[in-house]
Amino acid sequence: MNWIDTILQGVLLGGLYALFAAGLSLVFGIMRLVNLAHGDLIILAAYLILVIVSALGLNPFLAALVAMPVMFALGWLLQRVVLNRVLGNDILPPLLVTFGLSIVIQNALLQGFSADSQRIGAGALETASVDFGPVTLGVMPMLTFASAILVIVGLNQLFYRTAMGRAFRATSDDPVTASLMGIKPASVFAQATGIAMIVVTIAALYLGMRANFDPTIGPARLIYAFEAVIIGGLGSLWGTLAGGVIIGVAQTLGAAVNPEWQILAGHVAFLLVLLVRPRGLFPRAYD
Amino acid sequence: MALLQTRGLTARYGDSQALFGVDIALGQGETIAIIGANGAGKTTLLRTIAGVLRSDPGMVMFDGAEIGARPADEIMKLGIAMVPEGRKLFPSLSVEENLLIGAHGRKAAGPWNLDAVLDLFPVLKEKRAVPGTALSGGQQQMVAIGRALMSNPRVLLCDEISLGLAPVVIRDIYAAFPRIRAGGASVIVVEQDIGQAMKVASRVYCMMEGRVTLEGLPGDLSREAIHAAYFGAVA
Amino acid sequence: MAGDYRVHARTRAATVAGIVAVVLVIVGYALPAFAGRGLIQDLFFILTMLVLAQFWNLLAGYGGLVSVGQQAFVGLGAYGLFGAAILWGWDPVAALILSGVAALLVAIPTAFFAFRLAGAYFAIGTWVVAEVVRLSVAQWKAVGGGTGTSLPRDAVDGMRGLETVKTLFGASNAAARDILAYWLALTLAIATIGGIYALLRSKRGLALAAVRDNIEAARAVGVDAVRMKWIVFLTAAFGTGIAGGLIYLQKGRVSPDAAFAVTDWTAYVIFIVVIGGIGTIEGPIIGVLVFFALQSLFADYGTWYLMALGMIGIIVMLFAPRGLWGLFSDKTGVQLFPIRRRLTGGKIREE
Repeated sequence: MNWIDTILQGVLLGGLYALFAAGLSLVFGIMRLVNLAHGDLIILAAYLILVIVSALGLNPFLAALVAMPVMFALGWLLQRVVLNRVLGNDILPPLLVTFGLSIVIQNALLQGFSADSQRIGAGALETASVDFGPVTLGVMPMLTFASAILVIVGLNQLFYRTAMGRAFRATSDDPVTASLMGIKPASVFAQATGIAMIVVTIAALYLGMRANFDPTIGPARLIYAFEAVIIGGLGSLWGTLAGGVIIGVAQTLGAAVNPEWQILAGHVAFLLVLLVRPRGLFPRAYD
Repeated sequence: MALLQTRGLTARYGDSQALFGVDIALGQGETIAIIGANGAGKTTLLRTIAGVLRSDPGMVMFDGAEIGARPADEIMKLGIAMVPEGRKLFPSLSVEENLLIGAHGRKAAGPWNLDAVLDLFPVLKEKRAVPGTALSGGQQQMVAIGRALMSNPRVLLCDEISLGLAPVVIRDIYAAFPRIRAGGASVIVVEQDIGQAMKVASRVYCMMEGRVTLEGLPGDLSREAIHAAYFGAVA
Repeated sequence: MAGDYRVHARTRAATVAGIVAVVLVIVGYALPAFAGRGLIQDLFFILTMLVLAQFWNLLAGYGGLVSVGQQAFVGLGAYGLFGAAILWGWDPVAALILSGVAALLVAIPTAFFAFRLAGAYFAIGTWVVAEVVRLSVAQWKAVGGGTGTSLPRDAVDGMRGLETVKTLFGASNAAARDILAYWLALTLAIATIGGIYALLRSKRGLALAAVRDNIEAARAVGVDAVRMKWIVFLTAAFGTGIAGGLIYLQKGRVSPDAAFAVTDWTAYVIFIVVIGGIGTIEGPIIGVLVFFALQSLFADYGTWYLMALGMIGIIVMLFAPRGLWGLFSDKTGVQLFPIRRRLTGGKIREE
């Protein structure tokens, strides 16, 4: 067994998990909302891309570009119509509403697409790989990882270099005072969820091209995403990438020992990090 | 006609009423002060004008239009900016960003911009990049005032800007007021420091238990009258 | 005079409800004498779901601990019982206590981890733990690994009390097992409701309400919030474990995917509590009846049915966050399990 190879595969897998997690982290960072339907929204986006690919005959990457505004609108509406109503000090309403949403999305997808597993065909890209001496890395995993880095760089630019990002951070700090600056918190939240859904679409693209998916696998993606966010420390996107990588490496190492231990190893790594660093690896100074 | 006027303003926090039919008026170019003891309803009055709290019943007239039912972000866009009690700087924004965000919802032409505000409070120049919350109390207050000025407001609401600051710092901050007025803003200051309020304002309202108990020009108000309006009739 | 005032939590509705409850309990125990096997099975389902719902309600509605990982304790209860019966030859009824103990033993480290996570992250944290437990149990080959196993024949047929039931009702083995399971479920439900009611009315219950309403203030008056959370979490785990053991004692067959199913043992349970009214003892009772009615009428519609359940849950949370019982109680003022203390008697004297 080639340990370097196993670890590198895990690092690249971590890129996918970071993509799952970035949207969750964004929404939590701005409105302290944990969306239990996040995983199901990723699967929904994957089906949307699949439908666009087969209906318009587009390349998956172009199809994802088409899906992005649709998902943005969906996220915006979801926040505006449903989730804004349940934000507040009581964490129960948003949790229960998003949990209900998760069940609705899963079953709507089962109804529409059956339980058969699907895949977004990416042609030669699926099997392409590059030799780096002792290790061979797939083009798709590398592309996923690069996209994760791009997404994080992009989100950080948005957060720290634009007026919109400034408004996001101000609203996250104190929505009432933000409203005195002419910011409408309800719109900021809707924009943030819309942007999170764009990230979700990118995550869905890679999820669907790399492996089979079916309507029921959303909750497991939510859990990986959540673990990456917690390991990284709430509010730190680079931390989220590190968290994704830790879960990814733990999973590939676990699978190398015994294929049945893949998922378990990821969870155990999460619990171990939580034991040693309860606030994650890169926690925010204040909260 | 007054630029800003309240009629029968009434506000509640849950079950307890905090304002009982408050009428005040602010003329164009005027600076008025609202004084009163803790719990008199001064802050509630400003928060209601700014749209953070809703008056029911009661009206807020601004420039001839009723704005009482509008949310805070819309009221700010009309040109009413607030320096909130406790300064309320955004901890995740730098000093410069805290100032810039003051103009987020309203980009009106006027004398105030980043350079002008830094010129008004030069001590902030070298602190532009540090987090707002890393400053001293007085400097934070300067950022909060500058932030409100960034939108070139027509009305500036200042809530307890001297609270918790040393007298010398308070003097520095109030020294900026002539320039703020010259910039075209009409000002309402809420103050517990009566002396400071008398100096800066052309008219004074005194509040007690959610009502206006006294109104007048600073020079006309006797010590006894203020004392009575402040603490009730029992002297 | 001090004697003029009385503080009490009793209401007239509660007195009536108490009498009705006693009658219901007597009828409940006597029911197998007249009822068919189908009804007994339905009631078994209702009663076990009610127990799960009461414990989840204790966690989330009173303790503020929104767990999405209660399936861990259902599964552990089931596997505790199966393990004891298969590996050590325990009587399955006696092994029910092991169901509770197994859940309790895992609940201790779970709480240790999950309590480090605040609010919403607690929810997913408990879910992760449940997944870890499911995946670990799937590695346990002695009880069938990932495919699961059945209770051994002799354990099922030699169950304590089974002979008595058979002679009492002249029932077949399978029917007698259902009756026995039903009686156990009825007893468990009564003990659960009675126990939670007693807890909430005790001094601990007041402390619990204080912690839920305002943790800082509660701390300020000397309530140990962390200790209350531990008590609630471990109690709920123990009770959920016993219910899990009982559910699979009746089914006779267990597999990790079924016993640790988040839909069956957490999503449905949350639905029941939310629909009925969270933070009340009455709520889960109403909720389980509504859930059972929906289930028997529409379960054949599969995905449409589940979609509708999710939608109903969302709508109730948005527009009637205190559930059906909350709506009813607000309109009528009726409380069957009054917990709030009310002051009556005496007159406020004008000075």
